[in-house]
Amino acid sequence: MSQQDIQAPFPGVFYRRPSPDKPPFVEEGQQVETDSVIGLLEVMKQFFELKTDEAGTITAFQVEEETVVEAGQSIAVLEVK
Amino acid sequence: MIRRLLIVNRGEIALRVVRAARELGMCSIVAHSEADTDSLAVQRADEAVCIGPPQASKSYLNIEAILQAAESVGADAVHPGYGFLSESAEFARAVKAAGMVFVGPEASIIERMGDKAMARQTAIDAGVPVVPGSPRAVSDLNEALAVAESVGFPLLIKAAAGGGGRGIRVAGNAAELREQLPMAQTEARTAFGDDRVYLERFIEHARHIEVQVLGDGERAIHFFERECSLQRRRQKVFEECPSPALDDTTRELLCRSAVALAEHVGYFGAGTLEYLYDDTTGEFFFIEMNTRIQVEHPITEAVTGVDLVREMLRLARGERLRFTQQDIQRRGWAVEMRINAEDPERGFFPSPGQVQRLVWPSGPGIRIDSGLYEGYRMPPFYDSLVAKLIVWDECRESALIRAGRALDEFTLEGFATTAALHRRLVDDPEVRQGAVDTGFLERWLEAKPTLTPSDKEVVS
Repeated sequence: MSQQDIQAPFPGVFYRRPSPDKPPFVEEGQQVETDSVIGLLEVMKQFFELKTDEAGTITAFQVEEETVVEAGQSIAVLEVK
Repeated sequence: MIRRLLIVNRGEIALRVVRAARELGMCSIVAHSEADTDSLAVQRADEAVCIGPPQASKSYLNIEAILQAAESVGADAVHPGYGFLSESAEFARAVKAAGMVFVGPEASIIERMGDKAMARQTAIDAGVPVVPGSPRAVSDLNEALAVAESVGFPLLIKAAAGGGGRGIRVAGNAAELREQLPMAQTEARTAFGDDRVYLERFIEHARHIEVQVLGDGERAIHFFERECSLQRRRQKVFEECPSPALDDTTRELLCRSAVALAEHVGYFGAGTLEYLYDDTTGEFFFIEMNTRIQVEHPITEAVTGVDLVREMLRLARGERLRFTQQDIQRRGWAVEMRINAEDPERGFFPSPGQVQRLVWPSGPGIRIDSGLYEGYRMPPFYDSLVAKLIVWDECRESALIRAGRALDEFTLEGFATTAALHRRLVDDPEVRQGAVDTGFLERWLEAKPTLTPSDKEVVS
């Protein structure tokens, strides 16, 4: 077991949901596969998917919905088996 | 009278309005988000007021916060710029209800021209051609074939509930229509839960041509046309004034139709009527109207010599149109290159950053509209447009050569921009000939290996 920090690759606004009226991509405690989308990062009116590099469990989100994040800022914690 | 003008926008257009206000002796007050405190528009304005956090929904789109700010600074008028709330009838109405002047048309006109179906009907009523098609959804094949008879092929079969390019099929002849119609209906039902489809003539090689107008509520005049066919993902990239595609007769017909439509609705302020122009038949069709100043307005200013933003403010403060149609003459050619903070080598990936070094082009025929300065850190929250390079010369050929010269003088260090893309475009033989349509740029980008967009990561 090891913990991975999923970081913002560039500055922007972080969203956990595909749109405001939809449920989050993943909940805390949820198991995910490699390349699972865990959120969106908006930069200059373009949206980019934030994905997992490995399979595991998302144990925690470090930022709230619609938070302004800096490049390199921790977004979520992934526990890898 | 307008004494204290609140400018609810950011970037180059906020600065543009500050400049016009200054020249008219109005006090300019820039309403800005927390992310734009150090913008050039804020620095150049007489006053500034913060309206909320960086996210546009909490600041530039927050009507309540804007009205509060307007009251606190004692504004008597509001200029919305472009984008954000510039075409919100609700905002126009709220500004007026708060006792201020909205620099733009009445809310009812924004509503009427902002709704595509209503705008289309208004155009038909004013005798302005629209893209031929079925007047409403077609119910069966017989009705579709009858429409095809009058409209002609190729046809687009469009889902009534579709949008943004989704739910569209092409039928090249009657046999294809027979085959495609039921499929399109099934597809529309599955995708949108609504199987209604309508038919529209498919213009394979359309140019985007638009006409600039000003109106004072009674009289309207045009300022000729702009061509904006060079687009990527329906976003304009490069514009020119006039259009290289029109002869004088067609230009006259086109511009007169725009004036007829503007006068039909009693248009007030600056507006732009957008058309599709079919190169093969020489026909033009109204598609929509923008009830605000547009990004590419400077090329019209360069060619006609009229300051459109200043005229907007004059109209808003109660003056009548100061020109007759005969006063508006064209001289030479102007092009605008949109410099976006996007990397054309990396699929136009946004590239926010800090300006390390900046050298603007200068000399004859050059105009820069930009909020950039050395040391400026661009916030990641907004549109990627950071500068507009506008180049005028006596004819199209020399304007493109001069544009190349201007781009060679331009230096920006700190982040990638689309300037390099423009440098290649202005030398392209087909661009030089003006042989373009709205699909040209995307085809061109696909054919250039180093500029191939890789949009895998983009989800919307």
